[in-house]
Order: sequence, then C-alpha cells, then structure tokens
Amino acid sequence: MTTALEIADLDCFYGEVQVLHGLSFELRRGEVHCLLGRNGAGKTTLLKAIMGLVPARSGRIMLGARDLTRLPAHEVPKAGVAYVPQGRRLFAEMSVAENIEIGLMARGKGAATRENVLALFPILRERLKQRSGTLSGGEQQMLAMARALCLGPDVLLLDEPTEGLMPSMIAKIRETVEQLGERGVSTLLVEQRVDAVLPVADRVTFVENGRVRATVGVDEVRADPDVVKRYVGVG
Amino acid sequence: MAFGPHLLLATLEGLVNSAVLALTALGLSLVFGVMRVVNVAHGEFYMLGAVLAWWVASLVSGHPALGFLVALVVSPLIVGAIALASERLVLRRLEYNPESTIVATIGLLYIFQQAALTFYGPEARPVEAPFSYRVLLPWFGYSGYKLAVIAASALLLAGTWYMLTRTKIGLVMRATQYDRETAQAFGIPVTKVYAGVFALGAMLAAVAAVLTVPISQAHYLMGRDPLLLSFIVVIIGGLGSLRGTVIAALLVGLSDGIISVFYTPTLAKIIATLLVAMVLVFRPQGLFGTAAR
Repeated sequence: MTTALEIADLDCFYGEVQVLHGLSFELRRGEVHCLLGRNGAGKTTLLKAIMGLVPARSGRIMLGARDLTRLPAHEVPKAGVAYVPQGRRLFAEMSVAENIEIGLMARGKGAATRENVLALFPILRERLKQRSGTLSGGEQQMLAMARALCLGPDVLLLDEPTEGLMPSMIAKIRETVEQLGERGVSTLLVEQRVDAVLPVADRVTFVENGRVRATVGVDEVRADPDVVKRYVGVG
Repeated sequence: MAFGPHLLLATLEGLVNSAVLALTALGLSLVFGVMRVVNVAHGEFYMLGAVLAWWVASLVSGHPALGFLVALVVSPLIVGAIALASERLVLRRLEYNPESTIVATIGLLYIFQQAALTFYGPEARPVEAPFSYRVLLPWFGYSGYKLAVIAASALLLAGTWYMLTRTKIGLVMRATQYDRETAQAFGIPVTKVYAGVFALGAMLAAVAAVLTVPISQAHYLMGRDPLLLSFIVVIIGGLGSLRGTVIAALLVGLSDGIISVFYTPTLAKIIATLLVAMVLVFRPQGLFGTAAR
C-alpha cells in the first residue's frame, strides 16, 4: 500500500502553548484512518495544521512529494486535500448551490464532478436554491461533505462528521465514507467515540496530549475493546 | 416659491446627496463587512478622487465633457492603486487587527490630507460639468447634470449588486466575509480578496467624488462629511447589507436635503445622529443587517 499523506515530527503551537508534540503517522492510499482521542488531545489542531490554518513550528506534512507546511493555506486544497470542519462551517447565508460552487471553484472542477457529488447526496439536488443555514443538521453535514468532495480530493479530512446526528444520518455518512475508499480517496476521520469508528475505519491512531500513543488495525480494537481504555482512557 | 415646488426642489437635492452618499457608504460597508476593518481614511479616498479629478481634467484640453470623462475613469484607478499600496504596506502588516487598523487608517487620513494640501493646495476648485443642459420644470429649471448623477449612481449600484450576487468574484468575496478560515480551506486566497476589496471600496468613494466635483468643488478637507455620513449610513443600514446601505443612504440623503432646505444643515446632522443612536439602542445589527455570527 502506498502512502497518501505522511506526517513527521509535527510541532504546533497556539501562541506559547504547544499543542502537538512531534506527532508522526501515515495515511495510506484508499484507507479510512481514524484519529481517536479525548477532547483537547490535538486532533482538530492536526487537521488544521494539515490545511495550513495552524502553522507548523517544525516537522513535515508530505502529500506525495510536496511538503504542505511550505504552502500558504489557500494552496493546500488545490494540492488535493479537502476539509470538512467540525461544526460543518457552511457558508450559512448562501444557497446550497453556492456552497457547492465554492467547492468546485477550488480546483476548477466542472459539471461532471457536480453531478457525481449530487448523485452521492440526491437530497441536496432538491434543495439547491435553499439557504444552507436552514437545512436540517444531517443535510448540512451532507452539504459539508459534498462541498469538500467537489474538489475531487485525494485526501479527505473529516472532523467529527457524525456529531449530533440521528442514527439514519450517521449510517448515510458512514456509507459515503466507505464508497470513497473504493474510489481511491484516503480519509482521515477524527472522532471521540470508538463506536462511531469501528464500522468504517481500517486503522485507528490513538492521540493523547498531542502525541501519538499507538496505531493499530481496527480488528485489534474490535477484538479487544480494552485497548481503547489503555491508550486514551475513553470508551 | 410655493411649498409644493419647494419640496420638490429639496427632494431632488436630497436625491443627489443620496446618490453620492450611497456609493461612498457602499465602499465603506464592503471594507467593513469583508475585512472587518474600520477604514477611517475612507473619506480621504473620496477627497483624493475629487482632487485627482480636477488634476486630470486640467490636463485634458478641448470640450469639458472629455476632461470629465477621462477623470471619471483615471481618478478612481489612481485612487484604487493608492488604496492597494496602503493595504499592502500597512493593513496587511498589522494582520488586519481591528484596533490597530483604526489607528493606522487615522494615520493614513492625515498623510493623504497633508499630501493633498502640499501638492494641490488649500484652494477649492471645480471641475466643469460635462454638459450644462437644464431641465425646465414648470416652477424652476433644474441641472440636468445632477439628474445624470442620480442615474449614474443607480447604474453603479446595480452593477455592484450584480457583481456581488451573480458572479464568481462576488461569491468569493461573500465567502471570505462569512468565514475567512473556511474560505481558505477552499482555495480562496483571502489576502488577495482583502486587497481587492479595499481597492474596490476606495474606488467607489473616488467615483462618487468625481461625480460630485462639478457640483461642489474639490478641496483637501472635503473628506470629513462623507466619512461621517457613510458611517451613519452603514450603522443604520446594517453591516454588509447592500440593500440596507442603499435604503439608509436614501433616508439620510433625503432628510439631509429636505431639512437643510427648510431648516438648517445642522438640524439635519442632529437628526441623522439621533437616528444612529436609536438604531444602536433598538437594533444594533442595523435595519437590514443580520446578527453577528
């Protein structure tokens, strides 16, 4: 399996506070890789660092041969990394169509990509003219994913996509993530709850206090749920 | 003159005020809305637009309409370039910090004012109107040029509205306004958008000023009133709302025109300021603004 994204010795700070301490791991091509850890472990910071939204003090984030830490934030999505932020962060006052348009513009994608993405989330097609802030929570999450997929990304970063959604929506999001792996998209999924991860993840990396505790195959977690408690003390 | 025609005259004067004010305030509103920068030097971009219009028009010989038209194009372009340079050299280096940029733009205000005094001088100079046709109404004749100003302003406002709501540039500007970080995560070069918006805001003020100089003359201190009134309009209309800006400009411009004609200009300013106080107390987001996210 080839590496899609390699993070090596990453240090990140908020002001003087160090949030990530020499964090390293690799995301393989086509896998769903989950970052599991408590609130404040640095998971969201890591995603923001990959997107260039939080500067890396040292270390590398390699997408193929390119070091993303050397790119300005707005060049990272153009390199092929798409981001679904925590809380969705839609352009709430714009229509569904406009949110999708912004996703398409990022890498100059056209009607074909748009059709593909709308085929994944048919409900959005009926809502194109609606103001995105008035969608239901699940629809907003779908739109956030659709907007990101409009980049035609190689790597997709998902920050707690199932937070606060009803079970049927969670199933839909999960199903979509599985399909992405088949298309060769590598997904980095941030979650706090292990039960949200088990059905979709290929591998799990435990993060604690800005450091990687361990990376294990998902079978290992399934076989021995105590492994979660041992590494991050959450269930 | 009877009351009716007098009121009509005052209303026309008010509409001309509104037309110029709407353009100026829209520039301030865009900069405020997208960049969260309170541009205290906005009135000086207006002043520079007028002063440069006089300079450009004085270089062009021939029919006055030619000089005016060249000024209408060249002066806003120069002002836009000056704004772009200010953005690069000052605002960006302050990382658009809200407090620092207020102080910095106060500094820019004095620099522009003193530069105008040094190079242009303390005189007030008019630019000749491109045409002197008078519209004859049954009660009085009215300057055709002033009516053209109203029309030109309406056209420019419609153009700006179209750009903001129907084009990709507008989409990018709105995305930056709503959520700067997420905009970057979708490949939008936020600092370039900021530079463009700052230049655009200054150019709107400059265009408004060029339209005004045939009516009211260019002077190095002329930027103060437009700045004050623009702030009033932006506060009443609501941040980032184009519709609010236009309606508030109509309200402020018309009341200024009508009250100035029948009473005194000071009373007009008092009432406008009172209106601002009322809006701030009862509807802080402005009449048409949306609450802060």
